[in-house]
Amino acid sequence: MGILIEKAGIFTTVQDMGREGYQKMGFRVSGVMDRRAYTVANLLVGNDGTEAALEFVMQGPTIVFEEDAVIALGGGEFGASLNGDPLLNDVACQVHKGDRLELGFIRKGNYGYLAVRGGLDVPKVMGSRSTDVKCRLGGYQGRKLQDGDRIGVLPVEHAGVNGGKGKRKLTGMFSGHHKTTCESEASLVPEVWQEKERNVTVRVVLGPQEDYFTRAGIQTFATQEYTVTDQCDRMGFRLDGPEIEHNEKGADIISDGIAFGSIQVPSHGKPIIMMADRQTTGGYTKIATVISTDLPKLVQCRPGGTVRFRIISVEEAQLYYRIEQEECKKLKDKLTLL
Amino acid sequence: MSEYPRVLPAGDCSAVVEFGNTICEQTGGRIKSYMHILKQSAPEGVAEAVPTFRSVLIQYDPAKILYGELKQRLEALAQNCTSDDQAQGRVVRIPVCYGGAYGPDLAFVAQNAGLTEKEVIGRHAGREYLIYMLGFLPGFPYLGGLDEKLYTPRLETPRVRIPAGSVGIGGEQTGIYPLDSPGGWQLIGTTPVTVYDPDREQPIPYQAGDRIRFCPVSEEEFKRIKESGVWEF
Repeated sequence: MGILIEKAGIFTTVQDMGREGYQKMGFRVSGVMDRRAYTVANLLVGNDGTEAALEFVMQGPTIVFEEDAVIALGGGEFGASLNGDPLLNDVACQVHKGDRLELGFIRKGNYGYLAVRGGLDVPKVMGSRSTDVKCRLGGYQGRKLQDGDRIGVLPVEHAGVNGGKGKRKLTGMFSGHHKTTCESEASLVPEVWQEKERNVTVRVVLGPQEDYFTRAGIQTFATQEYTVTDQCDRMGFRLDGPEIEHNEKGADIISDGIAFGSIQVPSHGKPIIMMADRQTTGGYTKIATVISTDLPKLVQCRPGGTVRFRIISVEEAQLYYRIEQEECKKLKDKLTLL
Repeated sequence: MSEYPRVLPAGDCSAVVEFGNTICEQTGGRIKSYMHILKQSAPEGVAEAVPTFRSVLIQYDPAKILYGELKQRLEALAQNCTSDDQAQGRVVRIPVCYGGAYGPDLAFVAQNAGLTEKEVIGRHAGREYLIYMLGFLPGFPYLGGLDEKLYTPRLETPRVRIPAGSVGIGGEQTGIYPLDSPGGWQLIGTTPVTVYDPDREQPIPYQAGDRIRFCPVSEEEFKRIKESGVWEF
């Protein structure tokens, strides 16, 4: 029972919001790359928002449902089809036992998500169901998925969904000759959250080591365009572009902690942005940090895309953070009312 | 007045509290003390604190507290920390079977130091090492205080797989590999205890600020501890 991974795709893993509280012991956080797309997909299926989901990149998986389920796709677009009929992102969809969901090659964006009502049933390891592939822990047997893997789905009452008694009604019809229903909910998701641009401007907060750079170096960073190289994975995105100049203090520091979105600049002067699977500590200067509201934009910008940085204050960044939290809450409320 | 401690933003959801810019026991002690204070009275919204050689990274939820207020609170708490906080750090005993198949590079370390293998064991096990931080791998301790005589260059060609539990020396450092990992350290022994156990209440038996003492055990004791799983850290 649950879902059968008929074809696993290139790098498909089980993730949730990550393993919080163990970084002081050296455990990386892991968790989803695009927290917003993942949260929205979870909310659409009636989950609380932090249930385990599938994350995939470049080539998505093919999945056969071995029981009825409610699903939603989010993030990158992989030309999804359900039993041969196209399935859009950002809508909840009732699927039945035996249905086949096929995800193809990436078309738009970068990282995709499949949320299932109740959440995926893998053991919690140290408070999280996220896969840490490098340390072989959490998720499905601590590894990326392979053809033939089977994953259970948690019953709604065990998943803390809507306080355990949620019975979201699914209305509307999806695909005429199917008894599959679906809601036209995409309109509820703010349009700007659904954008997947190839050329992005992300806002950053300077620091903590901006004092290791020359004025010209900061100027370069804030005005020039950088290309997303193909050395990008869940650990970090390496960018290419004009060199960012360090001052006489150099490019190395005594190691300190690393946040999601930290922009390291080693002595070669090219930025490396630290992502979900980043190591807990590092010894390179960090010129700035991408604000959490703009991380999804960056995550969905695949190799070949371009990035510009715009410096804002931490106060402004936190205002956007709060606005987004409010939007999320509103979406959750609207969905509960449906 | 010293520029430390100071609080800097690390994006909209993190801040870093810096206590210095050197690796030394005094800074290490302050950080240990600060972690203790945070445990007692962390400001609301603080989710996680990550200590390193010279700083503590604070992750927080800006929906609960904004940077300006957090910075003030963190600065105020930093006024209360002391550097003579060693009493609070535990001494964690780690049994080690040295040499032979358990420590294939012990002979090289001895030769490099101009000591006998027995002398190397005596010096390595004869002191306590402060854990400055855990990183690189889950539970990998960055230890201070290795006997200078035991400084040994890393392997020219790193091993593809170092088994979990290996105790080694790399340059001026010594430590334990909690997981199988590639690595270039000289391996001098193996511990029979499971350093990383995700199902134990504390998956790693020590934390930054504790001290490690290596306790030599014979092959028989190694096997007994390994089989029974019984060891008082």
